[in-house]
Amino acid sequence: MQRDIYDEDHEAFREVVKEFVKRYVTSEKAKQWDADGEVDRATMKAAAEHGIIGLSVPEEFGGAGMLMDFRFRSVVNEELIRSGHGSALASAAGIHDDLAVPYLAHFGTDAQKAKWLPKMATADVLGALAMTEPGAGSDLRAARTTAKKVDGGYVVNGAKTFISSGKTADIVVTFVKTGEGNRPDAFSLVILEDGMEGFEHGKKLHKMGFPGHDTAELSFSDVFVPDENLIGGVEGRGFVHLMMNLPLERLSIGAVAAAVGEAAVGWTLDYTTSREAFGKQVVDFQNTRFRLAEMATTVDVMWAYIDRAMNLYRQGKLSADEAAKVKFWCTEREWEILDQGVQLHGGYGYILEYPIARAFLDARVHRIYGGTNEVMREIVARSVTGRK
Amino acid sequence: MRIVVLVKVVPDTNVERTLSLETGLADRATADLVADEIGERALEVALTYAEAHEGTDVHVLVVGPEESSASIRKCLAMGAASATHVVDDGLVGADLGLTAEVIAVALGRVGYDLVIAGNQSTDGMGGVLPAMVAEHLGLPSLTNLTAVTIGDAEVSGTRVSDDAAVGLSAPLPAVVSVTEALPDPRFPGFKGIMAAKKKPLDVISLADLGIDADDLSTSRSIMLAVDARPPRGAGVKITDDEGDAGIRLAAFLAENHQI
Repeated sequence: MQRDIYDEDHEAFREVVKEFVKRYVTSEKAKQWDADGEVDRATMKAAAEHGIIGLSVPEEFGGAGMLMDFRFRSVVNEELIRSGHGSALASAAGIHDDLAVPYLAHFGTDAQKAKWLPKMATADVLGALAMTEPGAGSDLRAARTTAKKVDGGYVVNGAKTFISSGKTADIVVTFVKTGEGNRPDAFSLVILEDGMEGFEHGKKLHKMGFPGHDTAELSFSDVFVPDENLIGGVEGRGFVHLMMNLPLERLSIGAVAAAVGEAAVGWTLDYTTSREAFGKQVVDFQNTRFRLAEMATTVDVMWAYIDRAMNLYRQGKLSADEAAKVKFWCTEREWEILDQGVQLHGGYGYILEYPIARAFLDARVHRIYGGTNEVMREIVARSVTGRK
Repeated sequence: MRIVVLVKVVPDTNVERTLSLETGLADRATADLVADEIGERALEVALTYAEAHEGTDVHVLVVGPEESSASIRKCLAMGAASATHVVDDGLVGADLGLTAEVIAVALGRVGYDLVIAGNQSTDGMGGVLPAMVAEHLGLPSLTNLTAVTIGDAEVSGTRVSDDAAVGLSAPLPAVVSVTEALPDPRFPGFKGIMAAKKKPLDVISLADLGIDADDLSTSRSIMLAVDARPPRGAGVKITDDEGDAGIRLAAFLAENHQI
């Protein structure tokens, strides 16, 4: 179905991303990223040079100023993912633009913005967000990483895990306890810088999917973090800041899910058109035709939903629970589409040479991270029933 | 210095291109229109020079249908400062002679020190337009260059043929055409796209240029007929029935002047 949220600027930008994909996101590069477990910095910088990364950095700091307009970010997702080689880059770009930059752009002090955002616009500095701990995932208030006030700053102790971009990030927006108990105001966000004494990037985690995008454990042993690295300069705001950026994080995952769904229909159509069985093309079997019809329709509905969410987000009206609906619903549909796509690929759908197989493995985490889909349903249920 | 780059907007070579059997023209409706890839290389030559030489103004001149505007915006997003778009129904199916005349008059209107074009378009492949434009303007023309050096008062370059490389130079103003051997053109980014929206794009018609496309006092080429390519016939199959297939194959190839 024709989408109506893009204007000529988005289409012109789409051509830019397509050209970038042609020149920088080759199958060789994707293999290299998978082997290295991370996207090379030169590619990230080239992407930033063309405005593909840094979209959410405000214009005054050298970015595109599109923090409240997700449409350009969605174009990036769509074209990177469609290529079949860009999922690691799309993922790394998403962490930087949707999960790291917003905390500085929205809540940072003037000094923090001036110090970090210009470099984040060029990808000279890459960001990550560290919330999850070995013993605290969905239950964020169980976080035990502490930042103890000392003269001139904080001493941070603890560990974080499953941190996307955790190895390549130069700065990590880190959720820490600055108070006692687990009241919301006991938590703050601080900027941990790569190279700070006592800050170790632990082992690279071997994951089911996204082999080309780094996910790491982080450990902090008596890391001294200066006062100037406390996001917003006020203690106890960490929980509130996280809550305020949740709509964007959930929208970001939902939009990726729709882009993957759309790409999967394309890959499956290509494959079933080129493959013959029993003397005819696989695409001409009624089962294939019906399944493709369902998949394509589901993609249309996902976009209708995502596009509406993007419009609401632009007006500052996308609530955290509406975004939770988008996140869990779209990632569940993504999973079904990919499962069907794999099936229609037959044995080749199980072979990682094929983008559908890689996308299938990548997508599994979409139902887990960014708030598990169970937590998403719980959040939605609270707003539906009015009961905690 | 003002460098004017001639860019043609053509059907994308990455998708199947078709000839309309009604008009005999490339069917622009079925294909995505893009700035010609050799034209983009010509623009790259101009932009590279402009970056290194302050006070250089790069202008893009396009003669083409209304749908060319996205491609013109792309040229502006790449870094050209301004553009002129000549669009007129009278230009549908224009031959090289009329096109050259239009470009020459338009160049007089926008002003130039140097004109750079691709050596031929990827759709029409006439390959003579830059020379025709130069003739209209009474300018020297250096065609089919594989390397270009722009100086303050002259332009020079290399034209490579099968067995020689010819060094050429001409005083400015001049017309040069470049080949696809030139480096890959840059491609724009987000900021370029946004900046392009504010750059001047002058859309003009034949009337603005004082040209009458129907004036046949100048010879024009006219398409009389267009036919679809006949379907390929079945090939000759030589089967080895009596052990003489090799001899028959050789005879077939000799007959067709293949050996």
